[in-house]
This record gives sequence, structure tokens and C-alpha cells, in this order.
Amino acid sequence: MNWLPEILSEKIPVGRWGKLFFDFLTANFAWFFDSIASALSSVLGGASAYLLMVPPLVLVILIAALAWFLQRSWKLALGVALGLLFIINQGLWKETIETVVLVVSAAAASMAIGVPVGIWAAHNPRVYHLLQPVLDLMQTMPTFVYLIPVLILFGLGVAPGLIVTVIFAAPAPIRLTYLGITSVPKPMLEAGEAFGATRRQLLWKVELPAALPTIMAGLTQCIMLSLSMVVIAALIGANGLGKPVVRALNSVNIPLGLEAGLAIVVLAIILDRMSRIGGGVRR
Amino acid sequence: MTSAPVTHAVEFKDVDIVFGEEQRRALAMIDQGASREQILRETGAVLGCAGASLAIAEGEISVLMGLSGSGKSTLLRAVNLLNVPSRGTVMVKDGDRAVDVTACDKATLRRIRQERVAMVFQQFALLPWRTVAENVGFGLELAGVSASERKERVARQLQLVGLDQWAGKYAHELSGGMQQRVGLARAFATEAPILLMDEPFSALDPLIRTKLQDELLQLQKTLRKTIIFVSHDLEEALKIGNRISIMEGGRIVQTGAPEEIVLKPANDYVREFISNVNPMSVLTAWNVMRDRRDLEPAGEDGWLWLDRRNTTRFKVGPDGLVVAAEREGRPAAWVSCDDLDALPADAPFVFWASPGTPLKTVMLAMHRSQTAPVALLDDTSRFVGAIGIRDVLQGVLRRS
Repeated sequence: MNWLPEILSEKIPVGRWGKLFFDFLTANFAWFFDSIASALSSVLGGASAYLLMVPPLVLVILIAALAWFLQRSWKLALGVALGLLFIINQGLWKETIETVVLVVSAAAASMAIGVPVGIWAAHNPRVYHLLQPVLDLMQTMPTFVYLIPVLILFGLGVAPGLIVTVIFAAPAPIRLTYLGITSVPKPMLEAGEAFGATRRQLLWKVELPAALPTIMAGLTQCIMLSLSMVVIAALIGANGLGKPVVRALNSVNIPLGLEAGLAIVVLAIILDRMSRIGGGVRR
Repeated sequence: MTSAPVTHAVEFKDVDIVFGEEQRRALAMIDQGASREQILRETGAVLGCAGASLAIAEGEISVLMGLSGSGKSTLLRAVNLLNVPSRGTVMVKDGDRAVDVTACDKATLRRIRQERVAMVFQQFALLPWRTVAENVGFGLELAGVSASERKERVARQLQLVGLDQWAGKYAHELSGGMQQRVGLARAFATEAPILLMDEPFSALDPLIRTKLQDELLQLQKTLRKTIIFVSHDLEEALKIGNRISIMEGGRIVQTGAPEEIVLKPANDYVREFISNVNPMSVLTAWNVMRDRRDLEPAGEDGWLWLDRRNTTRFKVGPDGLVVAAEREGRPAAWVSCDDLDALPADAPFVFWASPGTPLKTVMLAMHRSQTAPVALLDDTSRFVGAIGIRDVLQGVLRRS
């Protein structure tokens, strides 16, 4: 039995293999990752810059109007306006806009990936079986671990922030789309089939409308998960409300931390209430 | 694609439906006459239905009837291939030819589903995010019917089922009975000549169920669809079916007209089924009468005794028409059962009925005439037979 300790003491070089892999990527595909990074940062930076050109008060009114349009609630529109005015008052308007741009684009990217993948998995049990461990990995692997390779590949800035956020947030819409599509009541599917629906018609006219409330819950979750990543995104150079939090942490600045933290909370509440589309309606 | 001379709207030929992996072994066991339990134990496959052969004529309401798990829904759903038969053919009339839906290509199947066969579901299966009108237009939308034509056809169907005021509501705002009317309208909207109804009224409370059954029969008078109707309720089957097929353990055990099922049950299973049925709800004068050839002669020149007690006799001419009647030795008039209330004042009379008259009416006529026999005359007034009190008792008690 003396061979056992030897095997146990022989470390499997998992870490080194990973490093070799990323070294290979940076050596051969740097141009690819660099162009992605610069494209993303110019798009996100441009969007923030355009929004910051609009006078803050005008933007507050527009966002409140959007809130009313989405939810038909005066209370919500008023609450949104008051929340945003509080943020302006705290002098965090620029950071907030940058965060909103990051969060909304990360959520949009996650949905663009998550909904089709979720539909695919729902229609194909084998895909779902393969996907499940990947999703578990994406959600449980500590964020800081994949921060390092993403940083190496994309450099500092908003692009790695976006990518890290998408990795973390995309499993939610995938899982909820899968759940929504697989739990469409069988009689509804049969009604579609019995009246001669094609597979495409079945998807668009039965499955997606039936799954819509669940998919929308996925959107809300996705936005919240993205928002929870702003501080981590700030660590790798993304601008936004994460920056003052990191700064406050480094300088033990309680007032600054509290202001930025409250702004994040206000933003979270606003985005959550505004993104609850279709949930609870017509059901 | 299969073409054959069209004789029926739908025809099942030796249809076996097996759910599970081991289809081949299960089919071999079916051929050996194994029961559903044996097949399940040995192969793990579930027998849906076996050896089902049934032809359904155009314009007929054919009821598939049995306990839950007897395979009736399974067989029904083979018509539009919601269940795929493991073996056998299902011919569906498509214009002037018949298509085997088990072997046709996808485009043909889709066209059959869009234009030939419509379906009504037990749990309604309405789409909750669509309004009533949008639900009714669902099949038309799938078939690519233009919005303007759809609107017009949907409005017509909603009117037909009496829901035109509810077009803009959502399904959950309607009662169960109204929801199933939407289901009916959705099926009617495609103008498919064949209608599959999978226990459509089982989820409704008894009063609404009766009402919808009546409405369906009323609509059927003008629409003349071919309807295959699945039910576990014998009263319902007897009420709406022109023909009934009784299923047990995945096999059809008897097919026949409602009164045939009640009067001549094929086996104990069917007998048990009908034991609680009120025979009055299905029996007609025809089912209990004694044929004129079995009647006892009452003298020369074509006189016949109508009853065994020899109280009433008819003289029937060579052409089959009644020439004279006599009751307890006195000449009598013969009066239709339909005129129970307009009796001749004092002269003796004998009631007559047509073969399709419900037994209940005949019994009422007997009651009115102090248990005198009732004569049966056909459409052309020819004498076909007679019913005495004993024939009624035999019919009701199902004993001879």
C-alpha cells in the first residue's frame, strides 16, 4: 500500500494546462480578442457619451415616461423620477449612466444568447444534459477566477467587464427559457399540432407566448445578476458605480461607499420594476 | 401517398398503437392475443389499442366508448396522427380520395389537419394569451387564411355558438361551458368535414353538459359533419351517437346502433356497462314490437290479433294498408300516438305509432287506452307490427 501516497503527492497540473491554453490563445489570437475589446469599448463608451450629452433632467423625464409606458403606473413613474433625482443630487449621474449602459447591454447580450440556447435545450434533451454542467460551472466558479484570463485576453476596460457579466448572467435566461418552454401544457401543443402547425408556427404561436412570463422573469433576473457584477467589473477597469465603491473600499471612505451603494440599490429597484414586462398580466 | 375508392369518411384498418421501446415484441404478443397486462410485464410497452377496425360513414356521429384506459382516446388521436399507429392504416377522406395518414408525407398531413380534420379537447386547450376571437381564428391563421377573411369567418362561428358578445375577452374570463363553445367554434372555423371530439363535455357540470350536447345535436342537423366522439358516459353516448363502439383493454368489443348495444350486449363487460342505463332513453317502438308475420291470425280475410289476449284486431289488405280495426268486438278508429290529447269522444280507438317513436310515447299511449296494444305503421301507412303490454315489459326488463 505504499504506492498510494505517491499518487496522491503527484499533483495533476490542471492549473498549468489552463495557463498553457491561455498562453496559446494570447500568442495566436491576440488580434481577434483585441478587436473585440476595442469594438465593445467604443460601442459602450459611445452609448454612454451620447446619453451624457442629454441634459440629466430631460433624461430623467424620458426614463420616467418609459416606465409609465411599460407598466402604466403613475406611482412607478414618479418613483423612478425621484430615485434618479436622488442620484443626480449625490453627484453620481455619470457613473450611473455608465452602469446602466453596461447592465442593459450585458442583459441584452445574455438574452440574445440565453433565449435561443434555452429553446434549443428544451427541444433537445441531449443538449440540455450537456449544457447543465456548463451552466453550473458558469454560476458556481468564483468570478475572480475567470477574471484573470478574461483580463489577459481583453485587457483592462469595459469589454472584459461586459464579458464577465455575461458569463455570470447568461445561465439565468437559459434556465428560465428552458423551464418556460418545457412546461408549456401538453394540450396547448396538441391543439397547435391538431390544427396543422409547422414546427416554426408551434414555436412562435404556442411555445414562446406560453413561456413568455417565465422568459420575462429570466430577463429581470438577468438584469439583477448583471447589476450585482458592477463592483467586480470595476475591478478590471469598467467605469460606473462600481468605481466609487472600489475607491471607497481602498480608502476606507464610509460616506462615499454609502452614497455609491445607495445609488446601486436605487438603480436596482428601478430596473427591476421596469423590466417586469408581461409578468402577472393576462394570466 | 395512397389512393383508394372512398367509401367512408374515416376508416381504421387493424390499427395497433403501442407506446414504448419494444414495439416489435409487443406487436408479436398482440398477434398471440396477449392482454395489456402481459405485454406490459414482459416488454415494458404499453398497449394503447390493438386490432382496431372501424369504418365511419360521412355525416355520422360515431362514439368510442369505454372506461378510462380502454384506448378510446388513443384510437381517436390516430385520425390526425397525434398518436402514431405502430401498425395498420387510418384512411381519411380527402376530397374524392382517401389518404392513409400513417403513411402520408408531412405536407399532406398538415393539410389534412388544417382543412379536413378538426379537434375539440377535453380540457378545452385554449391559448390564454389570445382573445376568444383570436382563439377561434387559430386554425385559420395556421393555414395562412388572410386576416380579413379570418375576421369574417370567426365572426360567423362566434355567432353560431352564441359568443359574439365575448369576442374580445380572454378564455379565463369565460365559464367552462363557454370556453368549450370557443373550442367548438375553433374547430368549426376551419370548415373541416371531420370533427374529433375527445371527451369534450366531461369537464363540465351536468347541466351545462346536457345543454352543450343538445346544442351539438342541433348544430349537427345543419352542419352534417362526420363526428368521432369519445366518451366514458354511456348516457351521453346513447344520446348523441348514431353508432357506438365499446372498447375494453385497447380492443373494440362491440360496434352497433345504440339500441343494439342495449338490447344485445356482446359480452359481460358491455352488459355491465349498460346495466345502469335507463332503457327508456334508447328503446323505440321498433325495438320491442312483434313483427306482423309473428302475429296470430284472427279469422279469414287478413284479420290479425294485435295482442296475445285477443282484445284487438286489425284487418290488413294485400297492399299492407289497414282496412278495418276492431276493439273488444266493436269497430274502432286508429289514432296516431302523436295525437294523445285529441281523442275521439266515445268511439273505441286503437293507437298507432311509427317504428321510430320512443318507447316512452308508446307506453303513454297504452296507459291512455287501458293497456290496449299499439299498432306500428311505416312511413307509407303500411302495417308492420304491434306492441302488446308484454312486449313492453320484455323490452324494459331486457328479458324474454
